[in-house]
Amino acid sequence: MNTVAFAAVAILTLTAALAAAMLKKLMHAALSFAVMFVGISAFFFLLGAEFVGLVQIFVYVGAVAVLIVFTILLTRHDVEKVRSFNWGGVVVAIAVFGGLVWAISKTKLVSVAPPPIEPITVQRIGELLMTNYVWPLQCVGVLLTAALIGALILVMEEKS
Amino acid sequence: MPTLSMLLVVSAALFCIGLLAALSRRHAIFILIGIEMMLAAANLNFIAFWRFGPQPAQPTGIMVAIFAIAIAAAEAAVGLAMVIAVYRHFRTTSVDQLDQLKG
Repeated sequence: MNTVAFAAVAILTLTAALAAAMLKKLMHAALSFAVMFVGISAFFFLLGAEFVGLVQIFVYVGAVAVLIVFTILLTRHDVEKVRSFNWGGVVVAIAVFGGLVWAISKTKLVSVAPPPIEPITVQRIGELLMTNYVWPLQCVGVLLTAALIGALILVMEEKS
Repeated sequence: MPTLSMLLVVSAALFCIGLLAALSRRHAIFILIGIEMMLAAANLNFIAFWRFGPQPAQPTGIMVAIFAIAIAAAEAAVGLAMVIAVYRHFRTTSVDQLDQLKG
């Protein structure tokens, strides 16, 4: 993981995140949101978690961003009217950031450089999902099914 | 060579931008975007601590991140469905106008 790539990805991700949080137009914010998730996936690639980076791109850029765009289009009449901005949130966010940076700078971290590892293969992850993590996997499957049914019921047209 | 502290600062900045979006914007979709950002910052922390931790051969951080992504996707689907249901009912997505439960 080299410093130039890290700095470039960090700047891209944080700029896109700020754009997603601050832009007036909802559609532009949704597209910045997708760019931000590409940046986070780049972090995962740099850190050696390739599978998580790919899953992140598939799930967020492929599904969640598209879902957000669909929701914006379905609730479009209202989008331009909501303009108010609460400046108290800025104060809270800056205060939390200051506190976190202070805590990070005060903490004595165990390791400075990442130890070299052999890459975690998809085969290894699949074996672990089917052995050690089989119960969490089943629970996530049930949760996703429940979320799917719940989302469908929520948006179903009410018959009067 | 970036250190763990730099990654943690980036992740803290991402979390705070998500907090800013969730607290400041009055549009329901922006609040969901902010929550997703905060979840992504937590995932970044999991991966960073796994990579710099004492046992990176054991992919625990990767597993936690995968499950967190799955749960975040479920949350986004239900949240956006709720935004659509609320919009159908009240004809608005501004959280300031949804004050029917206010005493």
